[in-house]
Amino acid sequence: MIGVVGTVPDPDFPLVTGETRLKDDSIYIRGKRILVNRGTPALLAAAIKTAQVLDQGAPFGYLVGDVGLGHGSRRLYEYLSGHLGKRDFNTIVFHYLQPDVDCHNRVLFAIEEMERRPVLIADAGFMYAAKMSGQSSQYDLFTPDIGELAFLADEEAPHPFYTRGFILHEKNRAPELIARAYKYKNAARCLLVKGKQDYVADREGIQATINSPLEEAMEAIGGTGDTLTGIVTALIGTGMEVTKAAIIAARVNRVAGFYAKPTPATQVMDIIRQIPTAFARVLGEN
Amino acid sequence: MSFLGFLKSNKKKHKTSSDPGRGILVFEHTSEVIKAERILKKAGWKIRVMGPPPEIRSGCDLVIEIPLIQELNILRTLENVGTPPMEVVPVSSPLLKPVDLFQNKDFGKYLMIRAANMKLTVEKETGTIVNISGGGCPDVPYLASKMVGMSLNEAPSPREIGHTLCGYALQLAYEEMRRR
Repeated sequence: MIGVVGTVPDPDFPLVTGETRLKDDSIYIRGKRILVNRGTPALLAAAIKTAQVLDQGAPFGYLVGDVGLGHGSRRLYEYLSGHLGKRDFNTIVFHYLQPDVDCHNRVLFAIEEMERRPVLIADAGFMYAAKMSGQSSQYDLFTPDIGELAFLADEEAPHPFYTRGFILHEKNRAPELIARAYKYKNAARCLLVKGKQDYVADREGIQATINSPLEEAMEAIGGTGDTLTGIVTALIGTGMEVTKAAIIAARVNRVAGFYAKPTPATQVMDIIRQIPTAFARVLGEN
Repeated sequence: MSFLGFLKSNKKKHKTSSDPGRGILVFEHTSEVIKAERILKKAGWKIRVMGPPPEIRSGCDLVIEIPLIQELNILRTLENVGTPPMEVVPVSSPLLKPVDLFQNKDFGKYLMIRAANMKLTVEKETGTIVNISGGGCPDVPYLASKMVGMSLNEAPSPREIGHTLCGYALQLAYEEMRRR
């Protein structure tokens, strides 16, 4: 089973844990409904669609409302610190949470108590906290976009907002930034860098570059990185090797985008709907 | 140790710094920093929003750098509007500079502006915000839910409803978009 940890943009949404379900444009968990827009709900929707294609069980969600004040995130961190050690997941993805180094470290301690160590994936705010804590190497996969890759490559930046100008990405600098992120031990075992070209890399270097089909509008659409993280999480949840899963996920996400015929005004649910068709094409190619 | 406790334990060290001229105002939330910045700039104070020094960094942090000689007046200004800082800490180490580089991408009918990790896309003809992407702090999906579909003139600014560094980065992209 895979676990998905994140927040939803509703200050009144309580801390809820349970099996998740996608119906129409909404995620359901313990009878509560969340509209899929971007962020963790988009990740979950993509993971559910992928799990359905692969005949896997639905992801188990750990969700709480947070609009940026961090109250919900801190409640969720505390809950995870007390409960995660007793759970059994083969894969856990940590997503939109308020970055907090101390809380992050307590969650890692809880994971160490688990009977078997799950594959650990981090993206968004939790990835920021993982990097800032100096614990990136504890993770199996980070899924940064190119701006976040520059942040991982800047050994002094505690948040992408402070990435120094000389490091901020320019065209074709991804290979250099990946090498720098590994040099300063600020990368997970594997990186899936999302962008105009997707890169799958490890400390040995770039293992694959995925650049087709290319839909320029995807960069502007909120949630397309979240869907990629959701797809790769569900693939890894089947037991697939991380690098292979990252390559397939990048291809599926791009093909889903292609089928959605996107413009910069397209919303992410239009792309999520195309995931099953995209899988049929990508798995047919392999 | 709590953030505040950590600050207190480091206070003595800071007070012995060789550069007593600069200090930082530390707030509980980035949204309070944003509010205080607006108030102090409006009042004519020469202040800068910066990243905190490593010893007091906790996560999603932002501080206001002030000339310490004006500390009392600045504090009075903030207290008068109910936004006092948690702490005033003298600093000597270099502060992190927020991103000030913008990148834009012209899609023809749409324009996308990026500041740090945040991207804002607007339909040129109508000024309607059609997408917000990037970021990793929890207010990003919230900001998107409140701003997408509205015109730049009608939408709430990230400064008003955002709370994190990602929200602040989106504010910079929003201001740059309005400037154009």
